Amino acid sequence: MAKTVAEINEKIRKGQAVVVTAEEMIDIVAEEGVRKAAKSVDVVTTGTFGPMCSSGAFLNFGHTKPRMKMSKVWLNDVPAYGGLAAVDCYIGVTEVAEGDPLNRSHPGEFRYGGGHVIEDLVAGKDVLLRAEGYGTDCYPRRELETWIKLEDCNQAFLCNPRNAYQNYNVAVNLSKDRDIYTYLGVLKRNLGSASFCSAGQLSPLLNDPYYRTIGIGTRIFIGGAQGYIFWQGTQHAPGVARNEHGVPTGGAGTIATVGDLKAMDPRYVVGASFYGYGCTLSLGIGIPIPVLDVDMARFTAVRDEDIVAPIVDYSRGYPYFEGGPLGHVSYAELKSGKITVQGKEVPTTPISSYVRAREIAENLKEQIKKGEFLLTEPLERLPAPESGLQFKMLKERPLRRAKEVL
Amino acid sequence: MATRRVVLRFPQQLIDEPIISTTIKTYDLDFNILRAEITPASEGLMVIEFSGQDKPLNDAIRHLKKTGVKVEPIGLDVVRNEGRCTECGACITICPTAALYIDLESRHVYFDSEKCIACELCVPVCPSRAMELTF
Ligand code: SF4
Ligand code: SF4
Repeated sequence: MAKTVAEINEKIRKGQAVVVTAEEMIDIVAEEGVRKAAKSVDVVTTGTFGPMCSSGAFLNFGHTKPRMKMSKVWLNDVPAYGGLAAVDCYIGVTEVAEGDPLNRSHPGEFRYGGGHVIEDLVAGKDVLLRAEGYGTDCYPRRELETWIKLEDCNQAFLCNPRNAYQNYNVAVNLSKDRDIYTYLGVLKRNLGSASFCSAGQLSPLLNDPYYRTIGIGTRIFIGGAQGYIFWQGTQHAPGVARNEHGVPTGGAGTIATVGDLKAMDPRYVVGASFYGYGCTLSLGIGIPIPVLDVDMARFTAVRDEDIVAPIVDYSRGYPYFEGGPLGHVSYAELKSGKITVQGKEVPTTPISSYVRAREIAENLKEQIKKGEFLLTEPLERLPAPESGLQFKMLKERPLRRAKEVL
Repeated sequence: MATRRVVLRFPQQLIDEPIISTTIKTYDLDFNILRAEITPASEGLMVIEFSGQDKPLNDAIRHLKKTGVKVEPIGLDVVRNEGRCTECGACITICPTAALYIDLESRHVYFDSEKCIACELCVPVCPSRAMELTF
């Protein structure tokens, strides 16, 4: 018998809901079978914690006296986007502090950026706000330099165009003579290491591969607070190839998320610096999945063995689109510590924290058990595989120079 | 070429002397100041890395001692700031001695300081900069 989200919420309110993590669900289904598990379990919690570059925060500072239209804004010397109303800005996590040597001396260290500003704000630290305006009749002030804290902001919310990628590449380096520095960490030359970045069996979208319960309006755990999914994430590409478990065999679905910075915990909002690559934010996200029926029980019991990811060369293959994947490998193999690529044994290194992903799934489970977190029904679904939505490349249409026109 | 890392302690009366610059000129050494705390009217402290030929390096150190500077060799230490470590694992294939390693079952990432040779390779590689140098 199928269940509804409303029925599950009723059980949560009464403290009777059976809530388990996606790891625990694997064992339950193995012991009881999917049919029994679909009846006995109401909610499966998932979690992921890793770098999520398409993230940032909207902040409103309140008005200065006299008023000012802050068209250029810096927070701890990191440029924020001020092309909004007078005292609003958006700080993106990959923005690097002004004056950073970047990759001029390769590999750069990228010590401080937007992700670190957001972490410092969430941690309650003072942040230096510097702003410039061009002066108008209504907003005459032109300069500002002041310390601010998160609590001083009127509103401050994380608003991320793309999070929680459903599956991802496994990165290796085929170069014979050069270590490379990527957003998946340092890749040692000559297939010296392989990086992967997904919580696998604990990862939210891998537990609801067709986005049946995760959609627009879904309440989620984000950075330690309760937030929401507000749209399909950028590059959402549900139409990619899937294996017999419905699991995409490469990057596929994504979500756009929002959450109140003031309710977040710096444990789950951590500024990150990728050597030779740049700044970002490591963020924790967790999504509860209602076990509505047998299919959802089966999906939420997905195991690392069932999830495969493409192995991609990041020395040439990824940056220059040379050649296809070097093969596919399961998360169970990745987590064994080594995989085989082109006949060579390659040690693996995770970039996302499975320990913290598990902690988030547990945290979410406890919140639901205590009745502090209720489930939502999506207001609208994310585009499904049958939507035909695909990830497009940029078609360049170079402009014609005056000389050519003449 | 050899490198030596040392801690130099300057007694108060020597703080204003250009000891470092004369030493490196005389013995043709390169240097890199890793840390300096020189406050007037108290002892000065400097952690410095000299590099140059073996013999001039040793002579330079002898010279420094003669001027009254206290010279202590160091083992720089690398420690893990547990509060900043997210246990991601991005460091484990970088560490040459497996001082940083992941437990394949629990997925916890451990740091065994006994095995650490303070090569510092993990320091810039750790995304949350949890690996720190101490003196
Ligand atoms: S890379 Fe840094 S944060 Fe990640 S496990 Fe190693 S020490 Fe911890
Ligand atoms: S300093 Fe070197 S040996 Fe020590 S933990 Fe870091 S990489 Fe390993």
